[in-house]
Amino acid sequence: MIEEQLGRCVASWYPGATGVTGAAKLSGGASQETWSFDIVHPDGVFGAILRRSPPGYGAAPSRAAGLDAEAVLMRLAYEAGVPSPKVMHVLRPQDDLGTGFIMARVEGETIARKILRDEQFAKARPMLARQLGQVAAGIHGLDLAQLPKLRRMTAAKEVFELERDYHSFDWPRPVFALALRWLRDHDPGPSEEVTLVHGDFRHGNLIIGPDGVRAVLDWELAHLGDPMEDLGWICVNSWRFGEIDKPVGGFGTREDLFAGYEAAGRRADPARVKFWEVMGTLRWGIMCCGMMQRFRSGPDHSMERAMIGRRSSETEIDLLRLLAPRGK
Amino acid sequence: MQDEPTPTELTKAVADFLRNEITPMISGHNAFKLRVAINALDLVTRQLALEQGGDAAEAARLTQLLDMQGSLADLNRALADRIARGEADLQTPGLSDHLWQTTMDKLAVDQPNYASYKRELEGKRS
Repeated sequence: MIEEQLGRCVASWYPGATGVTGAAKLSGGASQETWSFDIVHPDGVFGAILRRSPPGYGAAPSRAAGLDAEAVLMRLAYEAGVPSPKVMHVLRPQDDLGTGFIMARVEGETIARKILRDEQFAKARPMLARQLGQVAAGIHGLDLAQLPKLRRMTAAKEVFELERDYHSFDWPRPVFALALRWLRDHDPGPSEEVTLVHGDFRHGNLIIGPDGVRAVLDWELAHLGDPMEDLGWICVNSWRFGEIDKPVGGFGTREDLFAGYEAAGRRADPARVKFWEVMGTLRWGIMCCGMMQRFRSGPDHSMERAMIGRRSSETEIDLLRLLAPRGK
Repeated sequence: MQDEPTPTELTKAVADFLRNEITPMISGHNAFKLRVAINALDLVTRQLALEQGGDAAEAARLTQLLDMQGSLADLNRALADRIARGEADLQTPGLSDHLWQTTMDKLAVDQPNYASYKRELEGKRS
């Protein structure tokens, strides 16, 4: 059924396209879905991705930039040379597919454990941190005047929101209280420069090939703020998948990340990055608690979600390693 | 008094059955879900074995640290509040050790394979 709708949609903007095959849902909750499909054309088959909110699901959660904004950001990133899938079509009401967009499918791997362990990525791994520094610099260098409307975040606002979420769970966690206190006491203040921040720059949202970074995905949490936030987030231990001595995604060093960033003409601020790493560690811990709440209150009563609740203690030990390291 | 076998023996037997007999028969997304299910049962088994001792030690440390009596939840709430207000911090004698011990006890139940936890265990032994 979705293939028929997609076929009609694609025919209206892809000259010569004769139909769509192989539609498969890759992921999706109630309000947002990702589909992979192939566009059939006399010149050959073209791989595509649909990212949409189905008809009837218009409103995005408050933190989300919205799919229309995501499409604009991906187009800007693509044009600026940031590795990014080409956005081919933004859905219109007459497409009857909901809201969202269609983009080119980029082949590669997003699963961290494969990227960190499979032989085919062995040559890419040592280059990734530096490449991602360059990619982040490209994102942070996008012209603010061209960006869609995005929420403006500061460290103080982020701490406020995390604290509010933490209190809403009504479950005491002295380590989280310690981290919140540390963040309030060490807030470096508004950054000198406000840029586009990807907001979820980490494994899962990066397509990696044997040749390195191929695409940055999922701009859902994009906002305006301190560019060092993206560099801190990708250093959070939760994204190292066991390779805890390689702070950048389990494959590289901060020095390489910063070198790539600076080679692209931007300045990294290691102290601010460390601050955002602490923030990010706490943020993931609070997100884990949030999954537990969603499990308990019903909308997603799955044991996977329940078990993620038991991963918040991982962020507690990581916060202690950051804030109260034990003398060895 | 409830009869034997104990809850620990039962959850462990079910987890072992799923791991050894069912896992080889399942593939795809359900294989992933089965792994999560086995992890959940293993977690329950560990909690049943470790919770009592860990909780008692945690309560004893909190009672001393805070100089007050109460349930474990009340004591943790009081400690979190004092930290939030800045009345207790890492310079407070015993606080850092308490947070570390409590967190290590949580990881021993939740995720004993988590790399940070294994590293800290080694550090303590060496």
